Amino acid sequence: MKLTDFTKLVLLTLILALPAAGCKKRPGQITPLPGSRSGNVSEANPAPPIQPDNGLKAENTGGFGQVSPDVRKDWPRDYEIFKGDTVHFDFDRSTVKDNEKSKVSHVADYLKSNPNTAVQIDGHCDERGTEEYNRSLGERRALALREQLVSLGIDPNRIDTASYGKDRPAATGHDEAAWSQNRRGEFGLETPPK
Amino acid sequence: MNHTKYLATVLASSLLAISTAAAGQEGAIEIEKQAGPGRERPILVSLTGFTGEATHVLQFDLYVQGFAVADEQSAQYLINGSNNGNLQGRVTDRVTKNVKLAKAYSGASVRRQAHAFIDDFVQVLGRKPIGNTKLAFKGQNGSNGEIFIADFDGFGAQQVTRDNTIVAAPCMVPGHLAMYYTSYKLNHPDIFHQNLSTGDRTIFARFGGSNMSPAVSPDGSKVAMILSKDGWTDLYVCNSDRSDLRRLTKSRQDESSPCWSPDGQWICYASKDNERRSLSKISVSGGAAHRIPTNGVGNPSEPDWSPDGKWIAFTSQGRDFSICVVPSTGGDATVLTAGEDPSWSPNSRTLAFARRQGGQYVLSLLDAPTKQVKDVSRTSGSSSQSQPSWAR
Repeated sequence: MKLTDFTKLVLLTLILALPAAGCKKRPGQITPLPGSRSGNVSEANPAPPIQPDNGLKAENTGGFGQVSPDVRKDWPRDYEIFKGDTVHFDFDRSTVKDNEKSKVSHVADYLKSNPNTAVQIDGHCDERGTEEYNRSLGERRALALREQLVSLGIDPNRIDTASYGKDRPAATGHDEAAWSQNRRGEFGLETPPK
Repeated sequence: MNHTKYLATVLASSLLAISTAAAGQEGAIEIEKQAGPGRERPILVSLTGFTGEATHVLQFDLYVQGFAVADEQSAQYLINGSNNGNLQGRVTDRVTKNVKLAKAYSGASVRRQAHAFIDDFVQVLGRKPIGNTKLAFKGQNGSNGEIFIADFDGFGAQQVTRDNTIVAAPCMVPGHLAMYYTSYKLNHPDIFHQNLSTGDRTIFARFGGSNMSPAVSPDGSKVAMILSKDGWTDLYVCNSDRSDLRRLTKSRQDESSPCWSPDGQWICYASKDNERRSLSKISVSGGAAHRIPTNGVGNPSEPDWSPDGKWIAFTSQGRDFSICVVPSTGGDATVLTAGEDPSWSPNSRTLAFARRQGGQYVLSLLDAPTKQVKDVSRTSGSSSQSQPSWAR
């Protein structure tokens, strides 16, 4: 077959035009999107949550086990009585300092004199930590005070702990004066309901 | 050789040459430079023809995934289209002139269409899309707060709790509209599970002491958490039906913020040893803890393991707080930006985090390779938003 120059030119043009033609994607098909892919989110139902059954117990070595919070959840709690015994901690530490130990002794003495009572220890942090780190540190502070009470002869089953991280500051400043007030453990006296 | 055969050969070899040349150029452009976290240049794109809200969504989605909008002469990809009613768009490689994508969308909203367009674009580049993902977070006013869930860009936030109490650490269940979180609703730090479709919730952990920092495994079958029921703050794990509770650590010092490896075999957490803070990991079946070194960066906490398994993002506390990444095997850590509490998106490059602004927290997104940062839309009704959990 003989090819004229014109035909060769046409073919050459076709060769050069091929990549563009081959890769062009026409928006011929429209992509329909569903109205609401993941559905509407419902707020938490106001009904009280289902009470837990007893889960399997984990091993209980290392530290003193704590009773369920349901045991004393209806016991009135008084933070005023031990207000002067709030223990303060150094930055990023949960060690009970020597000059704070007399406060713990005061709480222990009261508990010994009133054997039907219990105590709640709340651990707190200043704002200078990250949130979950502070939640754990606050708990560590409460546990350190709990261990101190146990070493003074108090039954660990009478002592509950909770951490509030940095969520409940005692002082709302942004300086060491405020921060030192916030790094604390507070004692709340729990008495059996009448 | 006769003319037909000659031309056929020319044709074949020309096609081969052109496609190879095109592929070679595309390959050179599309290889994402492995310059290390925070040291990659953004991919430049031009953006023309879109208007109003569509433009904002396109710009946002591009920026937080490591692209930057530039003029057509500098761009690697030309993105043009329109959104009169429905959005349609085309992406062209500026050098090769290849059309990478040409699509039109209908239904839903202009925001959703714009998100879908960028999703399709990044998928052409071989990346995982994030345009339709959600972010759970805590919105706080003073001490009390509520849990919210919103589009990953902060838009359309919906309130998940209405308890007016202290809440913390929402954790989305992968692939499900459900979450775990800590709430003090029952006057005590307990971990709840909530089905977000129905609003039904159950108590997941209400042991003595504090129940904190729930982290659900990638396949949803297990939950790690920090409990103090046995007298120390330690790492525990159990099945999602609350069975087989096991204590993984026994240390006087505080563990916090567990997170899972994507294969569900390891739990990484913030640990302390002799008052020295570090990241550690432990097998889900127990055993020895292994420290994950974060060389060059101190006081790590709040780790999160990237979905591709390669990186652990975390907070470093120095004079201020920084979002950092370290290879998941441990090694040299890289500081990326000021902020706390990172959470990886499914693409293993965009992170959600919280940054402090005037005593409150603001949620923000960071593209780790380029360090590009953009705040998400604020949620009204709460002055502080923090603790993001990216639904993966």
